[in-house]
Amino acid sequence: MRWITARRRRPLFGYAAVLLALVAIGSLYAAVTGLGSGGNASASSGSSSSQISEGKDLFAVSCASCHGEYAQGSSVAPSLVGAGAAAVDFQVGTGRMPLKEDDAEAPRKPPVFNQSQIYALAAYVASLGGGPAIPSSQDVSTAGASTALGQSLFNANCAQCHNYAGAGGALTEGKYAPPLTQATNRQIYEAMLTGPEAMPVFNNTTVTPQAKRDIIAYVTQTRAEANPGGFSLGRIGPTTEGLVAWLGGIAALILAAMWITAKRRDDVRTGEISDNQ
Amino acid sequence: MSDNDAGLENAPEEQRPHRVVGTPPPAAGILTDPGRGDDADETAVEQPWIPADPPDPVLAKNWERVAALLFILSALASVGFIAAYVGLEIGKKNGDVVDATLRSNLALGTALSVAMLAVGIGMVIWVRYIMPPVEVAEERHPMASDPEDRSAFAETFIAGTETSQITKRPLLRRTLLAAVLPVAVAPLVILRDLGPLPGTSLRYTVWKKGTRLTVFGTNQPITPADFNSPGAMITVIPEGYQDNDEVLAKATCIIIKMEPGQLQIPTRYNDGVNGPKTLINSMNWTVDDIVAYSKICTHVGCPAALYEQTTQRILCPCHQSSFLANKGATVIFGPAPRPLPQLPITTDAEGYLVAQSDFQEPIGPSFWERG
Amino acid sequence: MTSTNGRLEIPKPLAKQGGELDDRLHAAKGIRTFMRKVFPDHWTFLLGEIALYSFIILILTGIFLTLFFQPSMTQVVYHGSYTKLDGVRMSQAYESTLNLSFDVRGGLLMRQIHHWAADVFLAAILCHMLRIFFTGAYRKPRDTNWLIGIGMLTLGIFEGFLGYSMPDDLLSGTGVRIAEGVLLGIPVVGTYLSFFLFGGQFPGAEFVPRFYIIHVLLIPGLLLALVSAHLFLMVHQKHTQMPGKDHTEKNVVGQPAYPYFAVKTGAFFFFVFGVLALMGTFAQINPVWQPGPYTPTAISAGSQPDFYMGFLEGSLRMSPNWTWDIGGHTVAWNVIIPALVVPGIIFTILGLWPQLERWATGDKGYHNVNQRPRNAPTRTGVGMAGVTLYGILWLEGANDLIAVHFQIPLYTTTEIARYAVFIGPVVVFWLTRRICIGLQRRDASMLSHGIETGIIRQLPNGGFEELERPATEEEAALLIEHPPASVTQPRSDTDENGLPAPSSRGVLGKVQARAHDVFVEGISLAPPTNGHTNGHGGNGHNGHGEIEGGERAAVGAGQAEPSDDETE
Repeated sequence: MRWITARRRRPLFGYAAVLLALVAIGSLYAAVTGLGSGGNASASSGSSSSQISEGKDLFAVSCASCHGEYAQGSSVAPSLVGAGAAAVDFQVGTGRMPLKEDDAEAPRKPPVFNQSQIYALAAYVASLGGGPAIPSSQDVSTAGASTALGQSLFNANCAQCHNYAGAGGALTEGKYAPPLTQATNRQIYEAMLTGPEAMPVFNNTTVTPQAKRDIIAYVTQTRAEANPGGFSLGRIGPTTEGLVAWLGGIAALILAAMWITAKRRDDVRTGEISDNQ
Repeated sequence: MSDNDAGLENAPEEQRPHRVVGTPPPAAGILTDPGRGDDADETAVEQPWIPADPPDPVLAKNWERVAALLFILSALASVGFIAAYVGLEIGKKNGDVVDATLRSNLALGTALSVAMLAVGIGMVIWVRYIMPPVEVAEERHPMASDPEDRSAFAETFIAGTETSQITKRPLLRRTLLAAVLPVAVAPLVILRDLGPLPGTSLRYTVWKKGTRLTVFGTNQPITPADFNSPGAMITVIPEGYQDNDEVLAKATCIIIKMEPGQLQIPTRYNDGVNGPKTLINSMNWTVDDIVAYSKICTHVGCPAALYEQTTQRILCPCHQSSFLANKGATVIFGPAPRPLPQLPITTDAEGYLVAQSDFQEPIGPSFWERG
Repeated sequence: MTSTNGRLEIPKPLAKQGGELDDRLHAAKGIRTFMRKVFPDHWTFLLGEIALYSFIILILTGIFLTLFFQPSMTQVVYHGSYTKLDGVRMSQAYESTLNLSFDVRGGLLMRQIHHWAADVFLAAILCHMLRIFFTGAYRKPRDTNWLIGIGMLTLGIFEGFLGYSMPDDLLSGTGVRIAEGVLLGIPVVGTYLSFFLFGGQFPGAEFVPRFYIIHVLLIPGLLLALVSAHLFLMVHQKHTQMPGKDHTEKNVVGQPAYPYFAVKTGAFFFFVFGVLALMGTFAQINPVWQPGPYTPTAISAGSQPDFYMGFLEGSLRMSPNWTWDIGGHTVAWNVIIPALVVPGIIFTILGLWPQLERWATGDKGYHNVNQRPRNAPTRTGVGMAGVTLYGILWLEGANDLIAVHFQIPLYTTTEIARYAVFIGPVVVFWLTRRICIGLQRRDASMLSHGIETGIIRQLPNGGFEELERPATEEEAALLIEHPPASVTQPRSDTDENGLPAPSSRGVLGKVQARAHDVFVEGISLAPPTNGHTNGHGGNGHNGHGEIEGGERAAVGAGQAEPSDDETE
């Protein structure tokens, strides 16, 4: 204790105190709000009747105001009859739903519900009209997948929106194809299967489950891969490279040139103030 | 001369701010070089025209030590480069290839950067702080030659030209020119075999009646029952051509499945200038709300692949040409001049999607002979 | 090695060898002259050196790359170290690039240094070109060198495009496809040019080896020749210098080549190499394994060319979709205008600018002292307008990335660019000119009234004033500008006999007269004499041409003419 109080008047002590306070408050906040909880995946995705009724209750509170009491849709939201459990798992699992703001596109954000609640919602929506089911963990496992085929399919059907490294890209009227940096295997599978928002649908008879696993393997391996050449600069190509060439390279060399040609201070004649009028 | 400098002399020297305009000249003034000029006096023993030593030897010695340290650092870094090259292996034999490359690149690059920069910084210190400061002036001589030299040149040139007889013998001159001209053209002519003539090859692709559409990547044919989700899109190629890039560069297509009733393709004809007037868009070229378009953008040939299922827009990511897929790929924005050509499709006996014929207009960018 | 009087003596073996060389080369006088050559010092004079040393590093790293790169489009199936692409069909060119990156030690470093050096080379050329432009260093006798420089810029842009297209990856292959589409759009000969370049239909099997020989032999050869001519002219004509005390049109002030400039330029070479090596170590560039090999069926979002082609890309993106279909032929204006007409106009104006300015100002004299940009308001305005035009085209080239990162709707970016490309340069031109003239006024005021010292004193009546000091000789030398009489005199409508001057006849003559007045509008910055006589209306304009209306100072007769021309 004396060690601290003895130094309390040092200038650095102020900074240390503020830093400590920030860390303490931050930790407290995180603990209380439970960020990144996401819930556990322990509950099964099968549809028991208790799940469906739990889902119906959750739906009535959080979804019915836009999607209608029976998910029939309204002027502001599409019908979910036939959308399927996979779509619900994707949309709610990535936090896109419930929608917070009416924007050009629903952004990914921290999910409101935990996984067992999401399964319940999914079971309820599936009970209304069927639709694609949530893929199992074997469905989305990349063991033995071919990244060569994945690369071919990805480049032909995905890269034009999501960019070759999955860094995302622009669509029209404020929409965008999001980066693929955070999606889980299951979410990637579900997105292909259900075609969220502007994304096209890649059903299992066009892009087979094995092909989907190949694509998932390609995406996950690409994003996990190190950048052997240094900082990745966003993996979006020559635009950021050009910025670095100008703001890094040329700027550094101009500074070097200024240093090389500068006159030494002890060597200059400075302006003398003349007393002659 | 100014209105406001009375009293300036009363301010203590160290309080007088030194506003500096431009780059101040050196304190020592400019030396002029006594040994320059055309008729410089080249005496046997020349006086040094620049000072031999810096004014402050102690300061220079200190800076010398700094520069020396930097040069030693550079030498060590160069050795480090060699060590990193020998010591850090990359390639298949060594676990994660990408990580191994990263380590090697980092080590080699850091060593090289330090080696170069340390030498550079040391040399700048050397010239700025160890060599004595100096400024010299050199005379510029007029760029234009003296009139005497110019007239002497003219004289020599005229004499030579007269002697060569070329001005006096028009037969010689003209036939010489006639001899030289075709030689200049020959190099252009021998470039003819760089490639075949285009002929009509740009007007057609390999699609024919009955060619199956296969999914690019899996090379599997596809039935409307497989491709039955509204909002679906996939890249397709003619069966068997997956390894032929010249074919793919013209024949690649996308197929899109629309909602029932969403497809409203107008019946369109071309203008019939380069042949009979032909149908180029038709609802009869679709199957089960599935439509096929060329993927090759009509602007400059990028794959126009981006499909927004909610707006039915096909967007080319290169220059943002946009086409409305349910209305015959008409252009709604961007520099593309024409809609994406529609591929006539139907199903064959086994139910797979096949082409009815080739495209009824040339695909891809505009070209002179297109019409 | 020191003799008895303390001075250095050349060691005998060295002297003997020097003598042997001189016996054969007659070089003593020439090399001595070069050793004593004076190089003026200003940091902007090193921009060309950045380009020069980047070029040398390009050659050095390029030689390394040629030892491993296979310029062949033969298709192979990959089974190399980078297992993510195992089984993928690709060209040998792409495979050898993967090999260089993952199997050759130092290969990735050399690839990255080479590519960064290319970017820095072109950026440095642009900076250097702008410095030459804005200081008027391209004026006689250096207009030839300016033209050589523009030629090198053009060659450099091509060279870079060919270079990054050789690995045949998805990103660069898209660029080649776009180039093919542009070629096709050229009237009459377009399809022939395309088929001859690609050896048939796109992509063919020819373009990589053809690009290779042009990139490795033809253009570097041309560049080496041009850069040698460029440097020779610079040495022969001597470098320009910035205005300053004792800096005249007839001298060069600076430091001698041996030892000062030699060490400085050597140091700067190591700096350039070091900075490029740093970039090659810590900033990943052109990671071809990520986009994968080129296939004409695929495309990536956010596909851009390297920055120096960006202005062409933006030009293509913002063009309206005009075509003419006449008589069975298609004229593709949507491609011709952005890809050929726009760069054609830009480079023509660039190349001919020294002549244009000479025609407008009538200034046919020699200029060895640089001009401060503010003292040439119209030139500086035109330059900034050009920069603005180039910048808007360049930004539009990345419009999809700008749209997604700054959340601007995609089509809106193009619509803004279509208007900005016309309005922007005009506004910037006008604004820049006014700023230059304002700065000139400030300089004139500093010359006549003195320079602020920052010392405030209180007057007996309670008010405050700032003390000023007169400009020193050195400062005045920087501020004063001596335009030649041919520039300051108004263009007369009549010649010495009272007859209409031939040069003022016709439309062109009237345009020239108007251009002259616009170009030379400004404030004469003559040396201060007794009283406040400089800087106000002393342009020699006797009622003809432009005078800064209402802007004269309250004092001064304003008739101080520059005492004599210091030009030849």
